[in-house]
Amino acid sequence: MRAIGWIAVNVFRESVRDKVPYNLVLFAVVLMGASYLIGQLTAGQDIKIIKDLGLAATSVFGLFIAIFIGIQLVSKEVERRSIYSLLAKPIHRYQLVLGKYAGLVLTLAANLAVMAVALYAVLAYVAWTLGPVVARAWETPALDPAMLKAVWLTFAELAVVTAIALFFSTFSTPLLSAALTFALVVAGRFSVDLRNFDQAVDAPAAVALARFLYWVLPNLAPFDVRSQVVHGLPVSMSYLAVTSLYGVLYVCALLAVAVFIFSRRDFK
Amino acid sequence: MTRRSSLPIVALVVAVSVFGSSAAWLQQLRERMFPAPVQREDVLYITSGEALRRLTVGYNALTADLYWIRAIQHFGAIRLRLAEHARGIETGEPVPTGFPLLHPLLDLTTTLDPHFNIAYRFGSVFLAEPFPGGAGRPDLAIALLEKGLRVRPDRWEYMQDIGFVHYWWREDYQSAARWFERASQVTGAPWWLRSLAAVTLAEGGDRRSSRLMWQALYESAEIEWLKRDAERRLAQLRVLDDMDALQALVDELANTRGTPPAGWGEAIRAGLLRGTPVDPAGLPYLIDGAGRVHPSPDSPLLPLPVEPKRIGPLAS
Repeated sequence: MRAIGWIAVNVFRESVRDKVPYNLVLFAVVLMGASYLIGQLTAGQDIKIIKDLGLAATSVFGLFIAIFIGIQLVSKEVERRSIYSLLAKPIHRYQLVLGKYAGLVLTLAANLAVMAVALYAVLAYVAWTLGPVVARAWETPALDPAMLKAVWLTFAELAVVTAIALFFSTFSTPLLSAALTFALVVAGRFSVDLRNFDQAVDAPAAVALARFLYWVLPNLAPFDVRSQVVHGLPVSMSYLAVTSLYGVLYVCALLAVAVFIFSRRDFK
Repeated sequence: MTRRSSLPIVALVVAVSVFGSSAAWLQQLRERMFPAPVQREDVLYITSGEALRRLTVGYNALTADLYWIRAIQHFGAIRLRLAEHARGIETGEPVPTGFPLLHPLLDLTTTLDPHFNIAYRFGSVFLAEPFPGGAGRPDLAIALLEKGLRVRPDRWEYMQDIGFVHYWWREDYQSAARWFERASQVTGAPWWLRSLAAVTLAEGGDRRSSRLMWQALYESAEIEWLKRDAERRLAQLRVLDDMDALQALVDELANTRGTPPAGWGEAIRAGLLRGTPVDPAGLPYLIDGAGRVHPSPDSPLLPLPVEPKRIGPLAS
């Protein structure tokens, strides 16, 4: 467990050295610029649009980090040949995979936390400039704590995406891993269409295949509650728990396969 | 230790400045020599909301915001062009004859984000109103609001807005009253909806019920723009009331002296008025040569609404 922890901390440090936190500055600039522009362009929907933009940006920036760092977690070590010195150390291969995964998830958690704070800060500023009279018309308060539910499920979704990227990186090239991960993310967000395939196609074999894919591919759509939160629609704690647990189980399955492949991989 | 020369940096700054400013100057020159045609024609490349839902890979709400901004810009730009044309400003562009993209844009917005409350309410007002105030399509306004009701059947505001469209733009007071009644039955709906339904049924087309209607819209408006619009309509109704009262006064004076008065001085001296009557915008009412009372041509409340057939002066 300690070895996993050390590897995770090192991955986190490496991501800081690789200037990953720069995206946070970009995020803040995008939000601040947008909040000014939105005020000029919309008819009283400033807060809604800043929330939409902030939560979507949190997801997009996180997705980029999860995919583009996730696919390099193992392949970079192989490319730099540092994998030999790593494997020569008294650590198991499974510890290396799990440590790498935990490190990237830690990086994502830190990023998301900072982005959430920045989003709340921008919303607080805009709400303060608009005043209490305008605030009466909002569907939800500017500093609605329910937004944290959307941030949490974004984090859970990114944890799944990181596991997918890591899984592919254990046996594939970075470019192919990125393409496959991205394809799975897109498929995962439209998995409902696979479930309803029988409404579009009459062939039983195709329907059975679609149904199989629906259960096998990651179902990422339920992790998106951004719209509900922005409109003040209820997102229950049990929904959060069930969806998060689904994410945890899916991550466990992916990591198990990744560990299995990585353990048998020959680096000679 | 050797000191690094700052020459390369200076050279870089100079080079970038020279090349950059030359390029900008050249662009300016090209635009003067070969002016680009003015192109303000709006184009909607994707018209299917469902296709857009897929293309945006889950970021539907954010895309809906972009289409909402486009809808506002489309509406505002055409209103601006119409205002420029009315002021005689030559823009070299054809005078707009409608808001062709307003409904498609609002439809896309509400398909991408079915809970986008203000898009339904904004849409109903500006789709229904006759051109140039709006698109002149009450049917589309009702369709948009009904689309909203399918998502949120508890939204009494949408029912009130449908009633409003029936009342004001279709002059169908029976349907209007029915929708107000339906809205009043929704849990949490304000009490005055019930009286609005009753008044509409009894006195549809009366200026009093129109005032009630705009007052209701004013109370329930969620954005400043809609509130200001309702406020303006209420002020216009006050102008109509004022004009009726002042016209009666002028007619009385004309009967007494044989000719209509040229101004308000006589009525003020007779103690019939305390001063020159002004409209809610603060501009004086005028009397023309035929003895008809008008608001000032500079009044921002012009043009006054064309009242539905049954609207007449208030029974006092």
